[in-house]
Amino acid sequence: MRPTVLTAYRWELRKLLSQKRTYIGVGAAALLPILFVSVMGLQKGGPYDAPLGHNLRKSGLALALVVLTFASRFGAQLVTALVAGDIVASETAGGTLKMVLTRSLRRSQILAGKTLASFTYVIALLLALLAAGLVGGTIAWGFHPLTNLTGAQLSAAHALALSFAALGVFAIPLLAIAAFGIFLSAATQNSAAAIVGTLVYELAQEAVGGLVHASWAKHYLLSDQFDAWHGVFQSPTFWTPIIRAAWISAIFAAVPLALAFAIFRRRDVAGE
Amino acid sequence: MLTDPPAPAAPLSSRSNHEQLPIAARGLAKSYGRIVAVDDVDLTVHEGDIYGFLGPNGAGKTTAMRILLGLLRPNGGQVRLFGRDPQREMPEALDGVAGFVESPHFYPYLTGRTNLELFAAFDGGDASTRVDRALETVGLEGRARDKVGGYSQGMRQRLGLAVSLLRQPRLLILDEPTNGLDPGGIRDMRDLIKELAAEGMTIFLSSHLLAEVEELCTRVAVIRSGQIVYEGSLAELHASATPRYRLRTSDQERAQRLIGNDGRVGELNRLGNELVFSAEEPVVLELSRALAEAGIGIAALIPQTATLEHLFFELTEGGEHPHRLEPVT
Repeated sequence: MRPTVLTAYRWELRKLLSQKRTYIGVGAAALLPILFVSVMGLQKGGPYDAPLGHNLRKSGLALALVVLTFASRFGAQLVTALVAGDIVASETAGGTLKMVLTRSLRRSQILAGKTLASFTYVIALLLALLAAGLVGGTIAWGFHPLTNLTGAQLSAAHALALSFAALGVFAIPLLAIAAFGIFLSAATQNSAAAIVGTLVYELAQEAVGGLVHASWAKHYLLSDQFDAWHGVFQSPTFWTPIIRAAWISAIFAAVPLALAFAIFRRRDVAGE
Repeated sequence: MLTDPPAPAAPLSSRSNHEQLPIAARGLAKSYGRIVAVDDVDLTVHEGDIYGFLGPNGAGKTTAMRILLGLLRPNGGQVRLFGRDPQREMPEALDGVAGFVESPHFYPYLTGRTNLELFAAFDGGDASTRVDRALETVGLEGRARDKVGGYSQGMRQRLGLAVSLLRQPRLLILDEPTNGLDPGGIRDMRDLIKELAAEGMTIFLSSHLLAEVEELCTRVAVIRSGQIVYEGSLAELHASATPRYRLRTSDQERAQRLIGNDGRVGELNRLGNELVFSAEEPVVLELSRALAEAGIGIAALIPQTATLEHLFFELTEGGEHPHRLEPVT
């Protein structure tokens, strides 16, 4: 039986699990809420103006979500770029690409496996952040009800479920960033260029968002979609930004991925 | 003189003609901008051949091998591996084919065994059942649980062969397989290649070690500046060279003058107390008679078989090639 995309995906995950830097990234994501709660413990006040920030010190459930707001500024994109930008280019630099391409997998299957593994890593990062935030926040401030962005009181269990939903919405634009990193990784064959390029891409979107005065135009930038999860914590759920985040992120992911596949399928593999 | 460059082979228009050939390449060309790496390369490897691919550094060997394995797209020409086109029918064109170009590379953070398991998974079928056997064959079973990052170049080379054997290939393509091996490793690799060939595997290998090629290979191709300057059996290559003779006489000075005056004699040199020259056999017969008539006694007249090294340098360095191309650096 011929190998499938699943074979490539499984082995990409195994490779990621065998590398220290994978754990460093996940560890850093988990450390962020712990650092946050430690700093909050050492001082009075806090970022109460951040979305759901008014719940800090009242419910541990708010911690991960407030940290998510800070992570969305740069950290999440950085860690995503580190993995996605490296996932193809490191194989070229390490000389393993020419070995892999002479086996029984199609090039498209290999890249699909890498793409799925990168996406899985992004989700694992967010889950690590959420888990550490929930545990750290609950230890510090307890498992209490939460007041949402429209002032409604949510039970702790309901808020916990919505936290996972918010994480899912936050993951959508982050996966689009990962897609761009994969594209640069396949196109440049250079990890550093792909990682830096991905970050510049994200920063450029932020910069354009800052320059554009028309608010409607900002809504169509990828950077704006990182706030879509706020809709989950409104009563009733505000679907407009969530749906917009889904389709805009899909476009921002589909174009670079299509280019990545086109390049990877036809590319010459020369040099080591 | 050696043979002329080989005549162009028939194009691969008829697939059936080449269905059984492990490798049939016609008119392969690959350029990088203005630099021509390979130009109009024809290769024909028959089932059961141990085929040596020779050429100096930068002559285009690795580029040609990359095209064979579907890693590079040629600018022109066609390739068939057992009748399948690696440019259009991947990965199916590599069914029954394994090998590597340049040094084999692995994931350094995985063990030797895990690397093999990964490649076996990428091969599909029952390749994973052959991991232990492949490790044993290349003598790495004792280090299989160590990370490849700690392997020597020679061990990586052996792991490269193991990873190729997982595919149970009918055609094995190896680029400098003895690179980085110590003398014992070179001997083991040579024995293993002979063993695999004896089992019916066709082997295509590039090597700088001409003695090794001479001992192992049945057919060779010599590439120079991107073009094939010889393709055929080693025996034919030897036969194509003008015979060389060593001569010791009672009067070397006069003998040298006499032989040197014959325009049909080439490459006359004095090495120690012997004269070395090349000439066809009838000419040598005439010369021996002339020497006797001149009162010069012949103590020894010994025909010399041209070594592959001599033939290689004559092909790759002798004279200006008619279509000399810029070598790839």
